[in-house]
Amino acid sequence: MVIKILGTGCSNCKKLEANAKEAVSKAGVSAQVVKVENIKDIMAYGVMRTPAIVINEKVKAFGKVCTVDEIVKFINEEK
Amino acid sequence: MFVPVQRFADWLVYGIFGLAKDSKLGSALNFFVFDTIKIFILLFIIIYAITFIRSFFPPEKTRKILAKNKGSVLLGHILAALLGIVTPFCSCSAVPLFIGFVEAGVPLGVTFSYLIAAPMVNEVALGLLYGMFGIKIALIYVISGEIIAIVSGIILGKLNLEKHVEGYVYEMNINTEIEIPDPTVKERLIDSLNFTKDLIKKIWLYVIIGIAIGGFMHGWIPNKALAPYMGKGNPFAVFIAVAVGVPLYSNAAGIIPLVSELTRAGVAMGTALSFMMAVTALSVPEMILLRRVLKPKLLAIFITIVGLGILFTGYLFNFIIA
Repeated sequence: MVIKILGTGCSNCKKLEANAKEAVSKAGVSAQVVKVENIKDIMAYGVMRTPAIVINEKVKAFGKVCTVDEIVKFINEEK
Repeated sequence: MFVPVQRFADWLVYGIFGLAKDSKLGSALNFFVFDTIKIFILLFIIIYAITFIRSFFPPEKTRKILAKNKGSVLLGHILAALLGIVTPFCSCSAVPLFIGFVEAGVPLGVTFSYLIAAPMVNEVALGLLYGMFGIKIALIYVISGEIIAIVSGIILGKLNLEKHVEGYVYEMNINTEIEIPDPTVKERLIDSLNFTKDLIKKIWLYVIIGIAIGGFMHGWIPNKALAPYMGKGNPFAVFIAVAVGVPLYSNAAGIIPLVSELTRAGVAMGTALSFMMAVTALSVPEMILLRRVLKPKLLAIFITIVGLGILFTGYLFNFIIA
């Protein structure tokens, strides 16, 4: 599983990345957390508000810092 | 509503600390305790309410409305400026929002009306102004900000500045048909609460610094002491306030306690407000972000127009409020 964090690098993006990593260990799945910081790559997903979280190329949420539990739910949806 | 808070501040500062009521330190500390509690209560209520309301107006929806509006250009600008008040965006989203709007076919001038209204009419500032100065001041603040956003957007739209937008903005192939999530009311309430807590965590230091400076002024600067320099009599006061405010960077919530103290010390209301707008609407970090999509000339035009708009608001306020 590949989890992408879309964001140009503000504090919210870093927080979402940390939450995603925590969610991965909490869900007990093997997943890679990747940061996407290039604006062109971010826009390709159609996202206008950062940070956004993409799991297996599907935009799960944007414009907010999802909590660990929310991300665990997303991971289970995409398993 | 804040009478018990004032009693608490009096009890703590004059009773427990034993400071004299008319001493400089006592009056400064009393102001600090009272304003800190009052402003954090106001901030929590205001941010929570506004975040919840605006969860119903996501920018994705705004973009759809603006891109579809092929009729009246004026209507597009008015809509964009109104949506700028309620549509959330943190400054790190300014660039993706700009690209997203332009790519979806929203005219450049209309996009600017939105981009100017959003920071200019700051919803936290609006709520605090209402809470501390009443409905009249809050209304003039909104209306003048909206007029600036509409007029500036129309002017920028007429100047055919598309070539001064960084070329890659138009070369992107983006998906503008993203699905807009529709959370339940309960989810919105929870999201708003999380957002409110995060935001207060982010701005609390600015607020405390603002109140501390306000408290210092309260104790040591007598009523109307600044009136000869920054009062209505000085036609350059607004200009000076804006020039001082632009390089400073703070959150609106940190400036409002200062605005109330500046006015008490004799600075005209419009002058104090234009100072606040200069600090919040024109900030160096945001300019650096916008530089990624705007070529220097367009960025300079943007700053000039917003700056002139703030000056206009200052003079308008000073003119209206006797």
